[in-house]
Amino acid sequence: MDQLLQHIFNALVLGGTYALLGIGLTLIFGIMNVVNFTHGALYTFGGYAMYLAAVALGLNFFVALPVALVAGLVLGAIIEFTLLRPLRRSDIDTTMLVMIGAGIIMQSGTLWIFGGVAKAVPTPFPAQPLTFGPVSLSYVNLFVLCAAVALIAITYFTINGTKLGRAMRATFQDHDTAALMGVNVSLIYTATFAIGSALASAAGALLGPVYVVTPQMGDLAAVKAFAIVILGGLGSISGATIGGFILAFAEELGAGYISSGYRDAMGFLIIIAVLLVKPTGLFARAERIG
Amino acid sequence: MTRFIAPLFLVVFALLPLGLTDPYLLNALIITGILTICAMSLNLLLGFTGQLSLGHVAFFGIGAYVSALTALGFDVSLPFGLRVTHEGGSPLLGFVLAIVLTGLCGYLIGRLSFRVRGAYFVIVTISFAEVVRLVALNWVELTQGPLALTAIPNMVLPVPSIGDVALRSKMQNYYLVLAVGVASYLLIARLVASRFGRAMRGLKENESLALSLGINATRTLTVAATVSAAMAGAAGSLYAHYIRIIDPDVFLFSYTVTMVIMVVSGGKGTLAGPLVGGIIFGLLPVALRPVMAPEAQWIVYGAILIAILFLMPRGIVPALEGLGERIAARRKAGDKPTDAMPAKMGANP
Amino acid sequence: MSTTSSSAILNVEHVGMKFGGLTAIADLHFDVHEGEILSLIGPNGAGKTTAFNIMTGFLKPTQGRVLFRGRDLSQTRPNEIARLGLARTFQRTSVFADDSVRDNVLIGLHRFGDDTRATALLDRLFPTPAARRAENAVRERAEAIIDMVGLSARAGDKAGSLSYGEQRLVGFALALAVEPKMLLLDEPVSGMNASETQGFVRLIRKVRDEGVTILLVEHDMPMVMEVSDRIVCLNYGRLIAEGPPEAIRTDPKVIEAYLGKSAAKLEQREVAHA
Repeated sequence: MDQLLQHIFNALVLGGTYALLGIGLTLIFGIMNVVNFTHGALYTFGGYAMYLAAVALGLNFFVALPVALVAGLVLGAIIEFTLLRPLRRSDIDTTMLVMIGAGIIMQSGTLWIFGGVAKAVPTPFPAQPLTFGPVSLSYVNLFVLCAAVALIAITYFTINGTKLGRAMRATFQDHDTAALMGVNVSLIYTATFAIGSALASAAGALLGPVYVVTPQMGDLAAVKAFAIVILGGLGSISGATIGGFILAFAEELGAGYISSGYRDAMGFLIIIAVLLVKPTGLFARAERIG
Repeated sequence: MTRFIAPLFLVVFALLPLGLTDPYLLNALIITGILTICAMSLNLLLGFTGQLSLGHVAFFGIGAYVSALTALGFDVSLPFGLRVTHEGGSPLLGFVLAIVLTGLCGYLIGRLSFRVRGAYFVIVTISFAEVVRLVALNWVELTQGPLALTAIPNMVLPVPSIGDVALRSKMQNYYLVLAVGVASYLLIARLVASRFGRAMRGLKENESLALSLGINATRTLTVAATVSAAMAGAAGSLYAHYIRIIDPDVFLFSYTVTMVIMVVSGGKGTLAGPLVGGIIFGLLPVALRPVMAPEAQWIVYGAILIAILFLMPRGIVPALEGLGERIAARRKAGDKPTDAMPAKMGANP
Repeated sequence: MSTTSSSAILNVEHVGMKFGGLTAIADLHFDVHEGEILSLIGPNGAGKTTAFNIMTGFLKPTQGRVLFRGRDLSQTRPNEIARLGLARTFQRTSVFADDSVRDNVLIGLHRFGDDTRATALLDRLFPTPAARRAENAVRERAEAIIDMVGLSARAGDKAGSLSYGEQRLVGFALALAVEPKMLLLDEPVSGMNASETQGFVRLIRKVRDEGVTILLVEHDMPMVMEVSDRIVCLNYGRLIAEGPPEAIRTDPKVIEAYLGKSAAKLEQREVAHA
């Protein structure tokens, strides 16, 4: 029972960052019909941006975090502008392959620049965890959970409560109609990709200090983000949020009670289950029939 | 003119080792050949049915492990007190089992993943490969995990009147890979030209229309996935018995990426495409190795992939075909004025 | 088999279709008789294409059922329906654009002369004499179909490079390749000029005379009136009239729903299309 509480807390922390990853990916797919294979690399990028800002530049932890987020935003905008914009009329397979190429370049570039040795990012939080009986909560984990929830809330507000969000939703519904209504679809695409990238980068910047930063940290993150998005239904933001937490709980409880080696296989088991039961994901909106 | 590519390659690569003594280069050619077989098999799915499978390395790796374990033997305990022991046997049996079992995996994954299309399909295939890698890493009793399977015997072929011959030299392995490559090529060429190939093409170009013509999408795609997987499994077996040591890294996504680059650059959906792409990207590391680190090489590959998709999205072979057609058309136009269009089909307003 | 008339090849039984809260078709009920040319007409958005998609298994109705030669199609997938002998063409030009006209028809003939499975597999992998004979037979059949629709001169050209009218003929040839007992044609002459349309009318009649029942959705009213044995008229997803062309032409409900009210709209559409 005590162990269960500990697992639940761990799953919440993990779920927050998973949700960030999933929302970014699903947003980009839903609005742009692009499967973003740079997502894992952007997550890694966030980790290294955090490392650079906090260690190399010596910035305060709480300043370095938004710096990493903004760096992800800018990088995302650049990727969209240079690689995706010229391919607007290409099919989804072409953009997928281009994104794979870009992901390879980013990951190999990171390895080239920083080498394969893991980097640690120091945090200002006390190492001594908060303990409630047998359950221990580290301060940095608590902070990650709060920051993730705050970012998710900001994303929801941006999409549901702002003019930009309204334009994004219109583009999501039907980009031709949105364009007719005066939405600058090109700008929305750039903004969407930038926001999605910033969320991935933020997830990396948040988890980097919890674990360590390596050039390969994005590989598993990407696979998990894919699983989350399938679980929630491609293009569904609330689906990705819930999916992120479901995956985190499945992994945490699976690793705790079944086998820790297969922790990372949980996502695939979930995907199989979803495919067997409801192939379009649990929370996907009904496809329009045109 | 592109239909001469395959015979030309065959002649060149059949004769090449006669004048080639550098073992490093021969080794690179063998690995290139194995990866090219993988690329050909991936092309059956990616090129001829239009389904972007990004988990292809799973079948390569499963083939390698099945074949190696058949030859080495294993002793594992399963749940419910079951225990499976295998003494170790012929690598040739391993080769056959690799084909059969990867074909079966391809069938099962096909049945499951062809319930969805597009992005979903891609993600399912990637996740599958990732899980297989995790199994190889964690099922230590069977696979030795990260410690790798070592001392895998070389492939053994029964030769009439001589008996069993173990293929120890690079030269022998080279010709074995070439033979399997030729067989794979011919198999794909036959499949594509058959009614089954027509069904695949119909599905790739317009699935609704294909369905309306009675083409069974699930069955056609599943058969393609099965053949494709079995072929990659055969390549994996060749790899295991040539390299003689395998670890869970045979499941790395970067191998899939290499195969995809080979197919896309050469020309997906063409018979010669994976050959051209395979040779280029199989031998490029040989050229790049002296001048740059592996990370930098990967940056170059990524850049080439993007460049090809931007500049030559259909790949090298179709680009050559287009060039050939244009030259032929110009020559024809010079000979005589353009053919009169049938009069009854007036142009539309 | 319920109370279906013995000559009916297709029964549409109280079919309803809702998308979300929107009713596309409500309680549609009619029969198609064996060997006739029946036209389904109605203004845009009346539910004609939706009805087509239900009959050919591309959509599952939310109510009612469709019987083809007495067999309930509710659980049947589109490719199985095609194999039962119910073929269709699509409203938007639908061909395999990157392939030649000949290859298009060959794809359509993918099952032609299908034989027992074990030897068929062998034939696929090795160029046996039987395989060669079968291949020649398929190619002959393809040429015959291409000749029938009048595209012999363009057999080697890419389907995507043909005029719209010719592409419709390719679509028609594809449907013929299935060797259907009944053909559903969705606006087959849109994009055709007057002489092509006349040629197409002759073609439909010829196919019908060979024993193929035809269900037609078409906006070209003179063509519909000329070719149809019977007409079914829909409006807002409901059947509002059914009968021979003369009766439909003078039916006040049809005139109000179709010809009268939307005549101006139709004209606008023509302008927009030109």
